[in-house]
Amino acid sequence: MDYFAQQLINGLVLGSIYGLIAIGYTMVYGIVGMINFAHGDIFMIGGFIALISFLVLVSLGLTAIPFILLVVLLVSMAITALYGWTVERIAYRPLRHSFRLAPMLSAIGMSFVLTNFSQIAQGARVKPVPPIITGGYTLHEGASGFNVQISNMQIIVVLVTIVLLTLFTWLVSRTRLGRDMRACEQDQTMAALLGVDVDRTISMTFVTGAALAAVAGMMYLLYYGQVDFFMGFVAGIKAFTAAVLGGIGSLPGAVLGGLAIGLIETFWSAYFSVEYKDVAAFSILIVVLIFMPTGLLGRPEVEKV
Amino acid sequence: MSDDHILAVDHLMMRFGGIVAVNDLSFVAERRKITALIGPNGAGKTTVFNCITGFYRPSGGTIRLSHDDGRTIALERLNDFRISKQAKVARTFQNIRLFPGMTALENLMVAQHNALMRASGLTFLGLIGAPSWHHAEQRAIDLARIWLERIDLLARADDAAGNLPYGDQRRLEIARAMCTEPALLCLDEPAAGLNARESGALNELLLSIRAEQGTSILLIEHDMSVVMEISDHVVVMDYGVKIAEGPPQVVRDDPKVIAAYLGADEEEAIAVMESSP
Amino acid sequence: MSATKARPSHAAQPLGSASILKKASISALVALVLFSLMIGVRTEAGPQGGLIYWTRFGELAAMVAAVFGGSIVIELLRQWWGPVDKDRVVPKPVQAAFAFVGRWLAPALLVFTFLVPVIFYDQRYILDLAILVLTYVMLGWGLNVVVGLAGLLDLGYVAFYAVGAYSYALLATNFGLSFWVCLPLAGILAAFWGILLGFPVLRLRGDYLAIVTLAFGEIIRLVIINWQSLTGGPNGVSGIPRPTLFGIPLTAGDDGLAARLGIEFSPTHRVVFLFYVILALALLTNWVTIRLRRLPIGRAWEALREDEVACRALGINTTTTKLTAFATGAMFGGFAGAFFATRQGFISPESFTFQESALVLAIVVLGGMGSQLGVALAALTMIGGFELFRGFDQYRMLVFGVAMVLLMIWRPRGLIGHRSPTVFLERNQAISSDLVKEGHG
Repeated sequence: MDYFAQQLINGLVLGSIYGLIAIGYTMVYGIVGMINFAHGDIFMIGGFIALISFLVLVSLGLTAIPFILLVVLLVSMAITALYGWTVERIAYRPLRHSFRLAPMLSAIGMSFVLTNFSQIAQGARVKPVPPIITGGYTLHEGASGFNVQISNMQIIVVLVTIVLLTLFTWLVSRTRLGRDMRACEQDQTMAALLGVDVDRTISMTFVTGAALAAVAGMMYLLYYGQVDFFMGFVAGIKAFTAAVLGGIGSLPGAVLGGLAIGLIETFWSAYFSVEYKDVAAFSILIVVLIFMPTGLLGRPEVEKV
Repeated sequence: MSDDHILAVDHLMMRFGGIVAVNDLSFVAERRKITALIGPNGAGKTTVFNCITGFYRPSGGTIRLSHDDGRTIALERLNDFRISKQAKVARTFQNIRLFPGMTALENLMVAQHNALMRASGLTFLGLIGAPSWHHAEQRAIDLARIWLERIDLLARADDAAGNLPYGDQRRLEIARAMCTEPALLCLDEPAAGLNARESGALNELLLSIRAEQGTSILLIEHDMSVVMEISDHVVVMDYGVKIAEGPPQVVRDDPKVIAAYLGADEEEAIAVMESSP
Repeated sequence: MSATKARPSHAAQPLGSASILKKASISALVALVLFSLMIGVRTEAGPQGGLIYWTRFGELAAMVAAVFGGSIVIELLRQWWGPVDKDRVVPKPVQAAFAFVGRWLAPALLVFTFLVPVIFYDQRYILDLAILVLTYVMLGWGLNVVVGLAGLLDLGYVAFYAVGAYSYALLATNFGLSFWVCLPLAGILAAFWGILLGFPVLRLRGDYLAIVTLAFGEIIRLVIINWQSLTGGPNGVSGIPRPTLFGIPLTAGDDGLAARLGIEFSPTHRVVFLFYVILALALLTNWVTIRLRRLPIGRAWEALREDEVACRALGINTTTTKLTAFATGAMFGGFAGAFFATRQGFISPESFTFQESALVLAIVVLGGMGSQLGVALAALTMIGGFELFRGFDQYRMLVFGVAMVLLMIWRPRGLIGHRSPTVFLERNQAISSDLVKEGHG
């Protein structure tokens, strides 16, 4: 039981990171109807920027960890958001009204570009950082010596996720930008006729998604203590799986799907085999889609004849 | 069920969640006759069509199709492609659904899929180029040519269907449905968007299909000139229920029908009244 | 120019030099921010395990300057070329030349391909490259059945390639079966897996289908990596037997082909033999596909791509139609996989990553979906172009990614932008790809 509780905590933390990335996929899909294959790599870039800015700040002689982390968070969100904007501007905007497969391949191409760019720029080796936030709490001391623990880092990941999600929900439901986004999602032509700047709204969608991915990248860095140029691919596929599992286009669905994938992966590793954890995640995706072809929270597709 | 009925809809119900789109609808379509289903927008006509042609599974009631040879098929139990393949019911769509990137001829060849599939020995005979396959293919092309001639599109046989003018696309869709050699042809607003000359040509086409192929026709239509001119029997729906039925002249003068149209759409009610000679 | 939707932002009137400079400056500024940390600072794990970094402001400045210069050049080129969607009048002789090339390109290419081993007999490198190109042509043609004809998006095609390769490798190394026995088995097994994948995804559409096929490809790869007792795991399978010519091995031994023919043995014989094997397999794929397109099943595939609802109304069983498309495409992938295994003599999961699927999909889309000639040209361009960067291994995938983006922007509908009808009464005229749908599945 203690073991179960511990895995539950670990799974929720991992799921939070997936959820943050998945939001980017689901937002872009909702508004332009394409899979942003480069999004996983945006997450990876976010992790790298967090790493580098952290390193630079520390070597500048700053010692106040909370302050450094706040600056790192803001810097990586800002720069990564610009990556998101640039990717949209270069690779997707010219293909806005094109055929469905063209932007998808352009996105795959962009994903290769980002992966290999950071491999060339920062080298292929894994970049480790020492644990920055340590300590934690023991929630329950088991009789057999197994303790259920939650580390401060885990608390931070979950807290940051909750805060950002609240902010983000507010953004989408209450602000002008959010309203524009929802309008573009429904009907771009009509939104444009009513004075919504569609290009700008779509750009902002990519920017917001990239900023959230940067947060996920930074959390990944702090939680796992390392980044590498290839981490975007696997995390990206998992997060996209999460978005689809939750019902692509649905924001609560993305978070729910992220948590589901995180939990499946953790529990499978804990009780069955670590090697097959990804196989388990993908298999469950396939099984869910067989019975719910539009995911957990996706709107059912009504066939109009 | 009497021999004269090709289609008998009995107590048909269709609910979507809490909305009742079709409520306890019963009517029959006679063999080798043209039956029209009319009613204001949102009356549930297309829903009835979708139930008959297997796109929706009715919430209740029965739909019986009786073939010439006495075979009776429960359409509400069939679904999807089997309606066309086994029950021989073909349909067209309110918003034309041709294969736009394929030529007119190819569209008509696709319609003969099941017959050609058998002739090609489930592809294998065709792959080795067996003579029997070539004969079958030639026959299929000949049938397509006949239909192209009848809808006056022979000259454009090799043009992409998506490039044809609107009226031609409507006729091509009917020809495509006929290439499945149906016993019952269901047309969803075949005259929508046609000008007076085109809808006149449509009337002739439908009458000739009834006369030459002996196909029974069920059609949804808003264009009262078409309905009044060619239908043998009219069923009027409003809010999912049948409010009247009978020969066109009788239905036209039915106060309930006029009220339904007036209540829903003034122009259509006027059209009903004006189309009386 | 193929007609594209109006893009007002690109059809702007010529800009003055001041605004060009302004645009370039903005680009340079964006580049400065983007690259500031990623290029300006280089991190590396230090000797003590900690992380060290050093600055590279020179490289950063160079990159920013390159972006500045590059965007000026692009802007000037754009002005010189004019609006993107303008209809250009091509001079008559050029048009005629294009028509001539169009008619004779395919036969000429075929003849040339047959002669490649004769022309380049002494150039082992070119022969190897030609075999590689032909392998991708075959994969492209196989995937074209699924994506180009049936309009079903498959991001996990490499799975069938892997199934084919491992089928042959394991059957040959464990049971000693020969290549020619295993080849059909590999195809059948791959087709079987294609159907297995097809079943769950039948109801899925669009991007759901994309992610499930991608997941399927990953599952196959992960299982191969982890099922060590069967597949050798990450170490792969080695010692895969080479193909024989009707039982005669192409070796230097006494029973080898060279000895029997009484000619001097040369390792090139085997390369040439492999070349013709893959050429034959690719041509078989092409022939079958062309043939199938004219049969009811092929027309049903294309009709499915155009409008699935209409297909159902015409009595076409969309389930079996989709499954046959998956199975046929998978079968060709399986053949190609078996060939790959016998050519390499060694296979490992590394050869079957998502990048391969993306590459094959890129070949199909760039070729112009559904066009056999286009796919062949695209494979030649992509694989050939890829080889040009052999010396710069680091930059290969980067350039490949950039090329993919640019090619899609340049020709979203591929090199061959039209579809040829499968049957005609009088005129066999091509259909513009603007009318052709690309499917929802």
